[in-house]
Amino acid sequence: MRAPGSELPIVLEDVRYGVPGVMILDGISLTLMSGAPTVLVGPNGSGKTTLIRLAMGLIEPESGRITWGGIPHTAPQRRAIVFQRPVMLRRSAAANIEYALARAGTARSEWGPRTGELLALVGLAGLGERAARRLSGGEQQRLALARALARDPEVLLLDEPTASLDPAATKAVEDVIRAVVARGIKVVLSTHDLGEARRLAGEIVLLHRGRVIECTPAEQFFAEPKTEAGRQFVAGELLL
Amino acid sequence: MQQLAAVPTLETRALSGDATALELVFSADPRLMSIVILSILVSCSAVALAALIGLPLGALIALTRFPGREGVIVLLNALMGLPPVVVGLAVYLLLSRSGPLGSWGILFTPKAMIIAQAILVTPIIAALARQTIEDLWTEYRDELAAMNVGPLGRIATLLWDARFSLVTTLLAGFGRAAAEVGAVIIVGGNIEGFTRTMTTAIALETSKGDLPLALGLGMVLIAIVVVVNALAWTARRAGERYAG
Repeated sequence: MRAPGSELPIVLEDVRYGVPGVMILDGISLTLMSGAPTVLVGPNGSGKTTLIRLAMGLIEPESGRITWGGIPHTAPQRRAIVFQRPVMLRRSAAANIEYALARAGTARSEWGPRTGELLALVGLAGLGERAARRLSGGEQQRLALARALARDPEVLLLDEPTASLDPAATKAVEDVIRAVVARGIKVVLSTHDLGEARRLAGEIVLLHRGRVIECTPAEQFFAEPKTEAGRQFVAGELLL
Repeated sequence: MQQLAAVPTLETRALSGDATALELVFSADPRLMSIVILSILVSCSAVALAALIGLPLGALIALTRFPGREGVIVLLNALMGLPPVVVGLAVYLLLSRSGPLGSWGILFTPKAMIIAQAILVTPIIAALARQTIEDLWTEYRDELAAMNVGPLGRIATLLWDARFSLVTTLLAGFGRAAAEVGAVIIVGGNIEGFTRTMTTAIALETSKGDLPLALGLGMVLIAIVVVVNALAWTARRAGERYAG
């Protein structure tokens, strides 16, 4: 298994994935390139989370092929993920980031400055010594973002990162995502929140019943969807 | 009618002995203290040895999938109820002069007692650690996979992050070791000043009728268990406040 020079593009070719009795993703072909954020949208159960996990390499497709920078079966080197409900290690906030820095091979002498920088980036400066699991939901989500960024990723996958947050916490997380995008990191984000998709997306991938229905620049998707399902989604009428 | 002499019953002797037992405890009687110190050393060493083997073993079983894993878990759980006298007998046979490890020459020494107690405690620590770590692994699996953490790193991370829960596991092991009498009496021989522990001394002194010493040792044994648990609880609470 050779590590790729770059994790991008992430290419999915005719990927199928299911559990007994249910086909979750059926014949997905998609290329995730560097550039503006790609936002996966679709109703609940459309396969967004599964697609994000496949793109991260956490699960293997039943059939089809996934490559990262042209290479299949690569361990995550410069790709990172933030889950819908992030798991905080039973350590302080700073120690959570230091753990990720250590796993990424960052020299110990750089841990302190990098941890401080990342905590400041996500608006948690001053909370480094707090137990991570005692932070609020929004703070935990931002800490998860900082921990993911500690891996110095080229691509950051975000699985409904604001799904369980209030509007203020959602705005704080979205601000961090914008800062991440400004650093040139490719963001792939899933959401069923139309407003969030409008605010963040450069490219929209609409999933419905395990299939890619549309893959379009965001402006075009919201102005003039190419498909009936796209029109229904923009109108808030697309149900499972 | 002949008047009955006031013969002290077992109960009255025990009550009068109770005061003497307290005197023994609070005066730090040298005979009592040597027994107490040896008991603590043997039990703590056995728990440390069992932890070195049991914690990684529990973590390994929690993280790996292999044919017969369910059977191993059932066996490990069953071994938590190992009869101490059977373990004592097995270790005795191993360490006796004609046994396979007879050349070590450690039968009837504290080393033999530590080995016997470690054998008793290891399954308890491994089985309870396995459950604790498996629960944490379910929670951490995706996060550690995403961070590309290898098998040894996973075990180390899970052991560290479960450390406060594992304190309870170690306490269960310590309780087993401290209260155990069957194995240490067989492999230690209950030699005064050398291999006599609190439990073996209590058994012996009770049979001899020296209730003050037996009661004094009993009090100290219970006090040690309470103090160890209280310290561990305090440490756990403090740690949880820091780490969550």
